[in-house]
Order: sequence, then structure tokens, then C-alpha cells
Amino acid sequence: MVVYGLTLLAGCMFLGMFCGDVLGVVTGVDSNVGGVGFAMLALILISSKLTKEGKLSEKAQSGITFWSAMYIPVVVAMTACQDVASAIVGGGALAIISGIVVVVIPLLLVPVLQKLGKPSDPLPPIEQG
Amino acid sequence: MDIMDIIVGIMTDYGLVMSFAVVGVVMWVSYGLSKLTKGRIHGSAIAIVLGLVLAFIGGIATGGSKGLSDVALFSGLGVMGGSMLRDFAIISTAFGARLEEIKKSGLPGILSLLIGVVLAFILGVVLAFAFGYTDVASMTTIGAGAVTFIVGPVTGAAVGATSDVVAISIAIGVIKSIVVMIITPVLAKPLRLNNPKAAMIYGGLMGTTSGTAAGLAATDARLVPYGAMTATFYTGLGCLLCPSVLYLAMTTLL
Repeated sequence: MVVYGLTLLAGCMFLGMFCGDVLGVVTGVDSNVGGVGFAMLALILISSKLTKEGKLSEKAQSGITFWSAMYIPVVVAMTACQDVASAIVGGGALAIISGIVVVVIPLLLVPVLQKLGKPSDPLPPIEQG
Repeated sequence: MDIMDIIVGIMTDYGLVMSFAVVGVVMWVSYGLSKLTKGRIHGSAIAIVLGLVLAFIGGIATGGSKGLSDVALFSGLGVMGGSMLRDFAIISTAFGARLEEIKKSGLPGILSLLIGVVLAFILGVVLAFAFGYTDVASMTTIGAGAVTFIVGPVTGAAVGATSDVVAISIAIGVIKSIVVMIITPVLAKPLRLNNPKAAMIYGGLMGTTSGTAAGLAATDARLVPYGAMTATFYTGLGCLLCPSVLYLAMTTLL
């Protein structure tokens, strides 16, 4: 059943958010710390185990892959809800200059930090779809 | 009987369904424009920029703070693009991500998180100082805003910053996420942002889950799970460090 995939996804989300909330309370941050990240790890671990054992049917998998295919449209909807107007109009020069500087300088460190640890191969090229 | 009223009424009542229709049209137009550039600019990158333009127009037209979703007709966008469905979709992208790749970026991933938060904070503080904010609370809050637009107000409340400074810190964070969305696909090639490890480092350095998620989606959607994984820890780390260690460091230095 397709819905089993969504149930697994929901379970992972709640598990991850729980871990994030607990970590937030423990560290005194008063917000969720990395809940989405924990949920993603849970999904990777549980789904790979279930797939190996053949317990995750193709239909159940499609319940998950539907949402990952909806990811970009959801992000587009999210961008359409950002407070772009007041950030540009109200934030002034300090906000605009800072917003650019704090992106460009850290970006330059991506290739530097990549040299640490084991190398990772580039993903194979794909046709744009 | 006014036909337009009836049509608009349906579209408003079924807001979420309306948002599927609107986003579908935006995607279709974007991928069409992408073809005109012979695929040099990725369709999702164009869609994200179009989304931002629509948000700008919506914000100007209504004076609200939620972009196009403040227009009643498009309120469903707030549900579709809200944090619940967004996080649900982000988590689903982890399906099929490879654990070996994540293990490869253990140390550089953690390092990138620490460097990312501290570096953004320092840059924000320096720029705040350059623009004439010389008190510790304001500089700390603006520095925290340079981390993300969530860390800014959290820190501002903790250190007792004024509300105009908190507003600036939010604005910096929002501009940061917009710049990440637009600049990432442009700089992806020279920065060799083409493998899972680089994506994890990128997520750790940039943080801003919304910016990272959209920027990587516009670069190569297969990189999204890796970047989003580290980015989600960034805001938490920022909320942890800015009002505590980094604020103390500021008071000691000044």
C-alpha cells in the first residue's frame, strides 16, 4: 500500500523531531535542534534495512518518492511566502550588503574543507528533466 | 450572479489545491524559460527566482510579511510551502541517500558547521560595527542575524537588543537565504559543488535550511539530502552559541 511509505516517513519525522526537541531542552536552546537531520538519518537507516529484507514494497516506496519529487515545488511555494519586500525595502544597505557578504565568503571555503577526509566522487551527469 | 466571484470564491476556499495549480504553472513557465537558455539556467533555479519575485510583489501589494500568501487567493501557498510540508518533503529526499557518503564527511561536516556559524557571526559583527552599531547587544544580535533569521531574534531577546536591531537581524537572515538560493547554482561549478561531501560541507557552512534547500535543488536535486542534513543542525548550533559563548566573547573583547 502506498500509504505505508507515508506512515514510515511520518514515523521517522516524529522520531527525529522528538530527538531534536529533547536535544533542545538538554542544551537549553529552547528550540528544535536538528530534528529534520535526525529524521533523515532514521529514514536512511530504517528504509535501507527494510529494503534489504524485501519488506518495503514498490508501492510503499512510491509513497516516499512522491514526496521527494514534490520537494522542489514545495520549495518554490516556500520562496513565494518569504518576506522579500520588507527585507529589501526595510533592511536597508546594512542588510543587503551583509546578506551578500555572509554568503560569498563562507562559500569560498567549500573547496578548502572538501580536501579534509576521504574524497567523494562527483555524481554522474544527468539529463535535465 | 457574478461568474468571477464564484470562480475566485472556489479558488480561495480550496487554497491548498489552488497552490498546486499555481506552483504547477510557475514550474511549467520556468522550465519553458530554461529551454530558451538551452538549459544553461536550470528550470528549478528560474522557478525559485520567480517565487521570490511573486513574494516581493505580494509583500508590496498587501504590506504583509508572508509574501504572496498574504493575498487571500494565494493563501494556500502558505500551507504548501509552510514548515510542516517542507520538512516532510526534505526528510523524504533522504530515501536513497547513501550512508557511506555521510560517513565520509563526518569530520569536515562538523568542522564546517562550527566554522559556518562562527564565521557568519564575525562577519555580521564587523559589518554592524562598520554601519555604526557599537554596543555589544546590537552587534551580537546583528551577528546572530547573519547566522540565520531565526538565530537573530532568539539572540536579540536573550541579550536585550532593541526591536529595530532585531528587525535588521531578521532582514539580514532573509537576504542571506535569498542570496544563497540565487548564487549557489551560479557558483556551483567553480566551487566543485558536485558531490555529496561538498554538499554536506556547503550545508554546514551556509546553514539557512530554506536557502540551502532551494540553492541545492537549483544546482542538482540529488545533492539536496546531503546539504539539508547538515543545514538543519546549523540553526540549532547558532541558537546555542550566539547568546552564550559568542556573546560572552563579545563582552570580554569590548
